[in-house]
Formats: sequence, structure tokens, C-alpha cells
Amino acid sequence: MSLRGKAAIVGAALAGCGEAHGRTSMEITIEAVHGALADAGVKLSQVDAIATCQPLDLLSGLTLAQELGINPKFTMNNRMGGSSFLSHTMWAAMLLELGLAETVVICYGSNQRTASGKLMTAIGLPTYEAPYKPMFPLSSYALAADRHMHQFGTTREQLADVAVAARGWAQKNPEAFVRDPLTREDVIASRLISDPLRVRDCCLVTDGGAALVMRRAEVAVDHPQPPVYFLGGGEGTTHRDISEMADLTVTGAAQSGAAAMAMAGVSAADIDVVQLYDAFTINVILFLEDLGFCKKGEGGAFVEGGRIAPGGDLPVNTNGGGLSCVHPGMYGMFTLVEAVRQLRGQTGERQIDGAELALCHGNGGVLSSQVTNILGTAATL
Amino acid sequence: MTTNTFEGPGPDAQFAEILSAGDFRIQRCGDCNAHIFHPRPICPECGSGDLSWVAPSGDGTIYAKTIVHRRAEKGGDYNVVLVDLAEGVRMMSRVEGVEPADITTGMAVQASIGEGMNGEPAVVFTPTEAAK
Ligand SMILES: [Zn+2]
Repeated sequence: MSLRGKAAIVGAALAGCGEAHGRTSMEITIEAVHGALADAGVKLSQVDAIATCQPLDLLSGLTLAQELGINPKFTMNNRMGGSSFLSHTMWAAMLLELGLAETVVICYGSNQRTASGKLMTAIGLPTYEAPYKPMFPLSSYALAADRHMHQFGTTREQLADVAVAARGWAQKNPEAFVRDPLTREDVIASRLISDPLRVRDCCLVTDGGAALVMRRAEVAVDHPQPPVYFLGGGEGTTHRDISEMADLTVTGAAQSGAAAMAMAGVSAADIDVVQLYDAFTINVILFLEDLGFCKKGEGGAFVEGGRIAPGGDLPVNTNGGGLSCVHPGMYGMFTLVEAVRQLRGQTGERQIDGAELALCHGNGGVLSSQVTNILGTAATL
Repeated sequence: MTTNTFEGPGPDAQFAEILSAGDFRIQRCGDCNAHIFHPRPICPECGSGDLSWVAPSGDGTIYAKTIVHRRAEKGGDYNVVLVDLAEGVRMMSRVEGVEPADITTGMAVQASIGEGMNGEPAVVFTPTEAAK
């Protein structure tokens, strides 16, 4: 039994992206759910399974049920960091296929920008790292970037090209939070935080929420929007702490991507549009390699020359990503919403012509959890 | 049914006690001979619970490095490194006695007992050349 094409995303919405003054994380989440239900033409009373993972509320699934005022058959609160939501879609597809739920809502929201101005997290430093005070999570990614540069000759300029490409996409997205021009030189001249990563290598700190509604494929066509089908998913968890990651240049995306593509029956060359969790510029290089878009060690050269920017060979993070569009702490949901919009043909100036097949990839912890989803239009079934 | 009860304080507490007495020890598996760090109840290579403390050589190589930039009034820049010990295990640490710009990935380093950023006992490293 395969989950390929058995479930579909029938509703999607964003809420409170950028700055949502005076609103709580759960209020932003609920507003996104409200929008996704309207988009799907689904009543709140039809929702019988929910999934979320909130920044500070460790029992956020329970809070979500309470604030929606429903008594779900299934409440999922899988907590793997920013990748959680791409795991939630897999569990949703399983529940729907098994007939254990009819309508699943997956959602997230955070007010971290207006509430604190920095990453809000319930996570502390690990016992055997705390004495050395690495910045959480930045220094872990800086170590991965340093190793990639040492081992493969990846350059400072190539890291910058990832941020420049993201900004190029953001300039085509009226909803993106930062749309000023950005050059390679700007990135390299920006403030050094945890060497080699500079401030422009880092994702934004914004507010924002997002929600999806999933239903079984056979009923998905009854909804107002063109269904976006779940074609494949896979996970990889390699460690919790960066000091326990076996090879800082190879992430669990190698496992999650292969599993997702095998389920979907596609390869990297088939993908029309790619949405990667770009918490830091090095992430994009690592994930493009591990997901098979280029060979290991060649990710730096791959992103040069605008290849992942507007007009390039491979559209990556067409909303502007966490680097330039929105980053409310756990970005995974936003890869899914942008893919849904691209596959529906609803992204205006940044629309990829003929986009039928999308890859979404979430990252959690410090390169710890990797989850890949393949989504497609009806033409890909 | 087996009730698998380990005696006394766990590996974290034992490591901390050894460290505060001025010694650095890592674990070694009695079944597969793997060296293990950080301390654990069972061997991550083979699942064995037959682990004992051994003294590492202290020889290491910097696997990756970062310099955390911090304002001078807050104490200035400091480094965070991952060190591969000769025994095949990796740990986070800090390199002392060298300017940040002179710390290189691949550099040979030697372990000693120093202080963590809050003054607690911690394993730190110095460049091997400087120690000679
Ligand atoms: Zn063993």
C-alpha cells in the first residue's frame, strides 16, 4: 500500500506574516486555520483531526483543540522543530487513507517578532555543549558551513548567492517581509555573527502563521480550489545536538528525500519547483546536494550565477524563503503553502509556468530532523 | 522478563564527578571495543551495557570551528570547535592559547581540563605545537 495520491491539500492560508501587533501565537494560528477552512470551503465542525507544533506551548495540540472549540479524533503535536509540519502531512495522509479521519487541519503560528524580537524557543543548550556557549542554533549551522568550506572549497561568495537568490524571489512577492535589493557584496559586508555566517546568511525574525486542510483524494475534487495531491513523504533523524552529527556535510535529507521520491515515483530532475527550509544559507547548499539536485560537495557551485534565482534553471524558494519572505521560528508550513500556491497557479509575478510537481523540505533542530514532501497537481496522478 | 537496573549514579553524573576531580575520561564498550562520547548508558554501536571509563590520549583534530562575535564589553569574541579525538569520538570544545584567526579546521590539538564559559570544569584544547 502506498500513500501516493491518496490525500490532497484542499485549503491553504497564511496569517499575520511580518508583524502581527498585539496578537498571540495561537491567535495567529487560529486566523490561519480560519483562512484555510474558507479556502477549502470546509466548516469547522467537519474538522476531526488536527496537527500543530507551537514555539513555546509544549501541549499546543491541546490548546489548539480548545481554541478551535472542537473535540478531534486525533490530535498530533509531533515536535521535531521546523520540519514537524511536513511530518504532520504524512500522518494526515495515513489517517485519511485508513478512514480514521475525514478532514485534517495542520497549522502553525508565532508572534516572535513583535513579542520578543528574536527566536522564541523552549529548547536549551545540550549538557555537553553548554560549557562552550555556542549560539543556539546559529553556531551549529556555522560549524556545518565551516566544514563544508573546508572539505569542498565552498566559498563565502557562494553562500551569499543563496541569500541573493532568495531576495530576488522576495522582490516578486508582495507578501515578502524584506524586498530591498541585496547583492553578494552586501551579504559579505554584513555583520559577522558566528563565523563564517553573517547576519544576511540568517533567516528573518518575523511573526506569521499558516494552515492547511487535507482530505481524501476522492473527495478533494469537491472543493473550490484545484486539489494539490500528496505524492510522497520521507523522514530522516540523524541527531539532536550538532556535536553528535556524524558528518556535518551530509544531512538526513539524503534519506528523507530518497524515501519521498521513491513513494512519489519521481526523481530530482522531474521537480518543477523546490521549497527548502533556508534557516541559514548553508542549508540550501546542503539540501540541494542531499536531495539529489547536484552531487555532494557541488552545492556551492550549483547556486552560483543565479541558478536558483528568478530566471534560473531551478526555482528554489519562490516566496523569498525564510531568508527574505517570512520566518516565524518554525518555517516548515510555509514551504507547503508556497508549493500549494505554485501548483494552483496563484503566485502572480513569481509563478513558475507549468508547475506540476513540487518538492518541499523541512529542517528541524540543528540539521537534526529532515522531512521531505512531494506534492503534485491532478496531472501528476 | 529481565529488569535491567544499572547500579549507582548514571553516566552523566559519573563523568561530571570524574571531571571535577580533574580527570577526563571517555567510555569504552566491553563488547565491541568502540569508544563513546558523550557518556551514555548503552553503546550506540552495538547496544551493550558493558561500558567502562578509559583515559583518552588527549590527541585531537579540529573537525569544524566557528568564532562567535561578541561585543568587547561583554567579553569579546570566543571560539567554539568540534574536535575529533584520536579514539574516534567527537566533542564540542574551545581552543585556548591561540588567536581566533589562527584556529584552522584540521589543526592538531591536545586536551586539558579548563573552564567552561560559566567557570565550570570543562575539557578544553590547546594547539599541539604550542604544547611542545
Ligand atoms: Zn559496543
